[in-house]
Amino acid sequence: MSSPVVQLRDIRRTYISGELEVHAVRGISLDIHVGEFIAIMGASGSGKSTLMNTLGCLDRPTSGTYLLDGVNVADLDREARADLRNQKLGFVFQGFNLLPRTSALENVELPMLYAHRRVSASEMRRRAMAALEIVGLAQRADHLPSQLSGGQQQRVAIARALVNEPRLLLADEPTGNLDSKTSVEVMGVFQRLNEQGITIVMVTHELDIAQYCKRILVVRDGLVVRDEPVAGRLIASEELKKLLGAEAAAQLTSAPFGAK
Amino acid sequence: MRVLATTIIALRALRRNKLRSALTALGIIIGVGAVITMVSIGNGAKAQVEAQVASLGRNVVTVLPGSATTSGARGGQGSSNTLTVDDADAIRREVAGAVAVSPEVRQGWQVIGNGLNWRTSVHGVSPEFTAIRAWPLAEGRLFTDAEVRSAAKVAVIGSTVAKQLFPDVDPVGQTLRINNVPFQVLGVLTSKGFNFFGQDQDDCVHLPYTSFMSRVFRWRNTVNNIIVEAPSAAAMPRLQQEITDLLQQRRGGREPDFTVRNQLELAQTATETSRTMTALLGAIAGVSLLVGGIGIMNIMLVSVTERTREIGIRLAIGAHDRDIRLQFLIEAMILSMLGGAIGVLCGVGLAQTLSNLNGWPVLVSTSSITLAVGFSAFVGVAFGFYPAHKAAKLDPIDALRFE
Repeated sequence: MSSPVVQLRDIRRTYISGELEVHAVRGISLDIHVGEFIAIMGASGSGKSTLMNTLGCLDRPTSGTYLLDGVNVADLDREARADLRNQKLGFVFQGFNLLPRTSALENVELPMLYAHRRVSASEMRRRAMAALEIVGLAQRADHLPSQLSGGQQQRVAIARALVNEPRLLLADEPTGNLDSKTSVEVMGVFQRLNEQGITIVMVTHELDIAQYCKRILVVRDGLVVRDEPVAGRLIASEELKKLLGAEAAAQLTSAPFGAK
Repeated sequence: MRVLATTIIALRALRRNKLRSALTALGIIIGVGAVITMVSIGNGAKAQVEAQVASLGRNVVTVLPGSATTSGARGGQGSSNTLTVDDADAIRREVAGAVAVSPEVRQGWQVIGNGLNWRTSVHGVSPEFTAIRAWPLAEGRLFTDAEVRSAAKVAVIGSTVAKQLFPDVDPVGQTLRINNVPFQVLGVLTSKGFNFFGQDQDDCVHLPYTSFMSRVFRWRNTVNNIIVEAPSAAAMPRLQQEITDLLQQRRGGREPDFTVRNQLELAQTATETSRTMTALLGAIAGVSLLVGGIGIMNIMLVSVTERTREIGIRLAIGAHDRDIRLQFLIEAMILSMLGGAIGVLCGVGLAQTLSNLNGWPVLVSTSSITLAVGFSAFVGVAFGFYPAHKAAKLDPIDALRFE
């Protein structure tokens, strides 16, 4: 197997909260290889968010080494980490975090505006449209976030995360604000992307969502307590079919009562 | 620096918050507009006062007779009859700095002409008075030195007299009777309007002083005053001294019975008034600027705070601190420039409208525009930039959590 995208060695993160030292992460070592699809699970306060922020170069570990694509992130300053986030990482947040009153297309173009290499306006547009195409929203490129449903907004956010062709896609509870059917749809997008070779790490606290991934890490008290492949992996397209079937059945049964 | 990309980002941000952008620009528009209007009105008034001072003549030194004491009653300044035509001639002859000299005698009198009559002020002067008083003729000609020597029966009249006596004929060439002596009208003086004591300066008839003294009135050799033109404003105090010395010398050891004044003293009073007015208007303008500035400051602070989350998103996606700072700087600059430009147009427009409506003189000055635009732009940029600078330094995690 090729060298891992992410290599964490004995990562520790300690916050000073008043006079109290909080050990959020207490020595996590982890390899993530190309093409993996990992779910990080854990209760709130388990350290999974800190681990995620560390992976996302938003936070720096107190000690330990973090090699992203062979580069030690712990050595980098604020600006270099910003460039790393722009070039090698894609973020999907629970709250979507799209710019309000800004079209889907312009939201997706945003990371390219902050790229080091100048991208021409037409190239920017072409790549943003391609990314929207991948998440199936090309025909809604000129819609504002307020005109899109939650699932569609999250797909725009995924397109934005993809547009700079990152080495690693990080999703922090991407389905946290979505209903179950939309969640499955979004997981379907992730599965398709993963099949195309994109490495994905996501945080979730829903076990059924984690079942769509390939590998599950359980974090507790700042340590990885379980690390195992997913048994009985769910396939989003099949689950969606089941859901639609169930819906249709429900409608059929309710039809004689004239509900619809 | 990714200036071009950041400019695109800034323009997009402005466009998507049209109302907020408009409000920010409005603060600047009002600040700039108010200041320009205020200062323009103030400058206009000041210029008007200065023009009135200038209408008295250029660099004029006036010699007035002193006071006469009759039976123990002191008559006050100008009451003595000790200033003579000879004094005027002596000044003309002996004071090198005197560019032009004219004695002046005055008498209010009923004048008759064209079948009409009018009480006006009759003056006896030498032809130099037009130069000294900066008072050219509107039509016709002035009397000559030869006509002064021969005490010719000729006159130039002010525009008010021309209007009152010759409403429908050309006054030039007409005959005017003063104390039953006929005078030919040679010319009409340009209109000077009211002086700032409220007197109509155009209500006058000017004769050669010789004619005035020998043909119209039984006048002795004395004059009401002598006006002398100095080559420059700076030369006035010196000329004043030279005249004083000469007249004193001519009077031997006697107590001085004359006063020599220069126009600066008068002009100073007038300028003092207009300066007070300018200061007042400046203070009002300053308050408008301050209020406008606080408005700009508030909307900038609020808008940046409101956009903390947006800043967080941008930081997470890979914006550098300086990209954020540059974006907000460009946004503030665009708004300041736009608001400043519209404010200048509004201010100048309002000043012109007021001028047309009320007949106020207004004078739009470059300095007021520069000051108003400069200050507003500074406030806009400073208060748009400072909070953005702080926000850019935030931890992206905190900025993203900001609600």
